[in-house]
Amino acid sequence: MGKNLLAWIDDRFPLTKLWNEHLAEYYAPKNFNFWYFFGSLALLVLVIQIISGIFLTMHYKPDAAEAFASVEYIMRDVPYGWLIRYIHSTGATAFFIVVYLHMLRGLMYGSYKKPRELIWLFGMFIYLALMAEAFMGYLLPWGQMSYWGAQVIISLFGAIPVVGDDLTLWIRGDFVISDATLNRFFALHVIAVPLVLVFLVVAHIIALHEVGSNNPDGVEIKKHKDPVTHIPLDGIPFHPYYTVKDIAGVVVFLFFFATIMFYFPDGGGYFLEHANFIASDPLKTPEHIAPVWYFTPFYAILRAVPDKLMGVGAMFAAIGLLFFMPWIDRCKVKSIRYRSGIYKANLAAFVVSFVVLGWAAMQPVNEVITMTSRVFSVIYFGFFIVLYITSKNEATKPVPDRVTQ
Amino acid sequence: MKKIIITFLFAIVAVNAFASGNIHLDSAPVDVTDKDSLKRGAKHFADYCFSCHSASFMRYNRIGKDLGMDEAEVRDMMIFTRDKKGAPTKYGSLMKVAMSEDYARNAFGAPAPDLSLIARARGADWVYTYLRSFYVDPGRPSGMNNLVFRDVGMPNVLWELQGLQKPVYKTIQHEGKDIEVLDHLELMQPGNMDEKEFDTFTADLVNFMVYLAEPVQAERRSLGWKVLLFLVVFFVVAYLLKKEYWKDVH
Repeated sequence: MGKNLLAWIDDRFPLTKLWNEHLAEYYAPKNFNFWYFFGSLALLVLVIQIISGIFLTMHYKPDAAEAFASVEYIMRDVPYGWLIRYIHSTGATAFFIVVYLHMLRGLMYGSYKKPRELIWLFGMFIYLALMAEAFMGYLLPWGQMSYWGAQVIISLFGAIPVVGDDLTLWIRGDFVISDATLNRFFALHVIAVPLVLVFLVVAHIIALHEVGSNNPDGVEIKKHKDPVTHIPLDGIPFHPYYTVKDIAGVVVFLFFFATIMFYFPDGGGYFLEHANFIASDPLKTPEHIAPVWYFTPFYAILRAVPDKLMGVGAMFAAIGLLFFMPWIDRCKVKSIRYRSGIYKANLAAFVVSFVVLGWAAMQPVNEVITMTSRVFSVIYFGFFIVLYITSKNEATKPVPDRVTQ
Repeated sequence: MKKIIITFLFAIVAVNAFASGNIHLDSAPVDVTDKDSLKRGAKHFADYCFSCHSASFMRYNRIGKDLGMDEAEVRDMMIFTRDKKGAPTKYGSLMKVAMSEDYARNAFGAPAPDLSLIARARGADWVYTYLRSFYVDPGRPSGMNNLVFRDVGMPNVLWELQGLQKPVYKTIQHEGKDIEVLDHLELMQPGNMDEKEFDTFTADLVNFMVYLAEPVQAERRSLGWKVLLFLVVFFVVAYLLKKEYWKDVH
C-alpha cells in the first residue's frame, strides 16, 4: 500500500529523487567535526523563528498605540504566550550565535573557495537578510530601545550625500519613527524578508549539494570515487549518518537554548535590553542607546570613525568585504590545518577584533573606548589586507590526498 | 551653596558611574516564591503606590490566582475604583488608576509612570535603593530629593514609616580643591517603623513589584528544569543512536 502510494507520487512528483539527492544519497565527508553542526542548527532556528513568529502575529498588534501593550498581553494573558515570546526572542540571539559560528567555520576551512564561491555569496546574502530581519523585528515591541535604536540606524542613511534626507523619510514613511514605520516594518518582518530568507536558504543548499560539502581537511572527496559505484570513498550518506549525528547536536543546542529561555530570558540586558521594558517615548531619549549585541561590532566601527559618512561607509565595508572573501584569499590550500602561521594569527586577530568591537559598542563613549574601537577597527580591516597580500605565496603544509580521521 | 554642592555631587557620581559602571545600589532580597511576602507587598503597593501609579498591564484576578487569594480578599486589598457606569471595577480588569495624566502633571510636574514593568526596566536593586534614599531638600517642591533619582517629581510617600533623612556631607580633594560631597543619609526624625522594619516593608514591596513585572517567572523557572531534564535523557538516547549508526564508519 505504502509502496504503491509512493510509486503513484513518484510518477507525478520527484519525491524519491529529491530524498535521495539531498539526503539518502548525498555523500558528505565522513570527517565532519564540531563546527559542522551549525549549518543544520541555523536551519532549525529558522524554522523555530517562523513557527513561533506565526503564533506571535496572532496576538501582536502592529499599531503605535497598542504594540507595547499587546506584547505585555502576550506575556501575561495569552496562554503560554510568554513561552512563545521567549522562544522568539531567544531564537533571535541563537540565530546570530549559530550563524557567526557557521561563518567562522567557513573562514577556518576555506569553505568559500572554488568551487564554493556561490555558496558563500548566498550565505552572505542570508546574513544580510537576517540582519534586516532582526533590525525590523526589534522595532515591533515598541519599547524605548526599539524606538531609539531604529531612530539611530535609520538616521545613518541621512549621511548619504544629496539623497540622504529624502531616503530616511522614505524609509520611515514619516518625519519621525511613527505608526507608519511600525506598520511597514511589521510587513517586512513577517512576510517580505522571511520569504527572501527562505529562498536564499534553498539556493544555499542547492548550491552546496551541487558541488558537495567541504570538510576540516579541505580536500575534495569527489576526487577519489569507488570505481564501481562512483561513490566518494570518504563520503557517507547524509541520511542516516549525519541526521542521527545532528539530532544529538540539536539536543545539546536545545539544552543551551532552554537554559537561556527559562533562566536568563533577558540575557542580563543584552538579549532583551532593560530600557525596552519602557514604552517608546519620542520626547525622551534614553541616556545610552546601544544596539542589540549581534550588531555591536559594526556599531563600534561606525562610532570609531569621526566623520559620519565615512563611519557609515566603514560600517558597510566591514560587512561588504566579507562578500569578497573567495577572491581576497588567494591561497589554494583551503583548511587552516595546512596553512601558515601568518594565516592562523591573522584569523585569530580578526576573531578577537570582532569580539572586542562588539564589547566596546556596548560601553558608553569615552576616550578609552573610542581609542579601543579605533585600534580594533584597524585590526578588523587589516585582516583582509594582510590576507590579500600574504595568501598569494603562502608557505603551506602538504595537504593529504584523502581525509584524515 | 547647597545647590552647588549637590550639583558637584552628582557630577562626581556621574563620572564615577561612567568609570565604575554604576551608582552603588543595595541588593534587594527578592524571592517571588515567597507568597506571604508577595501578599504583604501587594497590600503595601495598594496602600502606597496604586493611588497615583497604574499597573495597567496586570489584571486583579491574576494577582488573586497567583498569590492564592479569592476575589473578596483581592477586592478588600486593592480594588477601590468604579467603572464608567459607577459599578465596582470588575475583578478581571486591568489595574488602571483613577488619577489622570493631566492631574499628575499639575501636581508632580510629570505623569506618574506605570509600574507594571518598572522592576524589569530599572532593576529590583534600583527600586529598593530608590525607595529608601529620599532625603530632606528644602529646595525641592515636595521638600524631598532622592539619592538615586535626582530631582525626582515623586514625593516621599513612605516618610511617615521611614521618618525623615538628612544628607551628611564630607570634604574631599578634587583637582586640588576641597569640595563637599554627600557621604551618606542620616535619620533626623524617626518614623513609625525602625530601620529593620522599614527595610522589610520595602523588601516586600519590591518583591511584589518584581513579581508584577513578570508574573509568570516562578512558573517559568519550575517548567525550565523539567525541560532540561527531558533533554538530558533525550541526549543519552540520541547519543546511543548515533553511536550505533556510526559503528561501521571507519
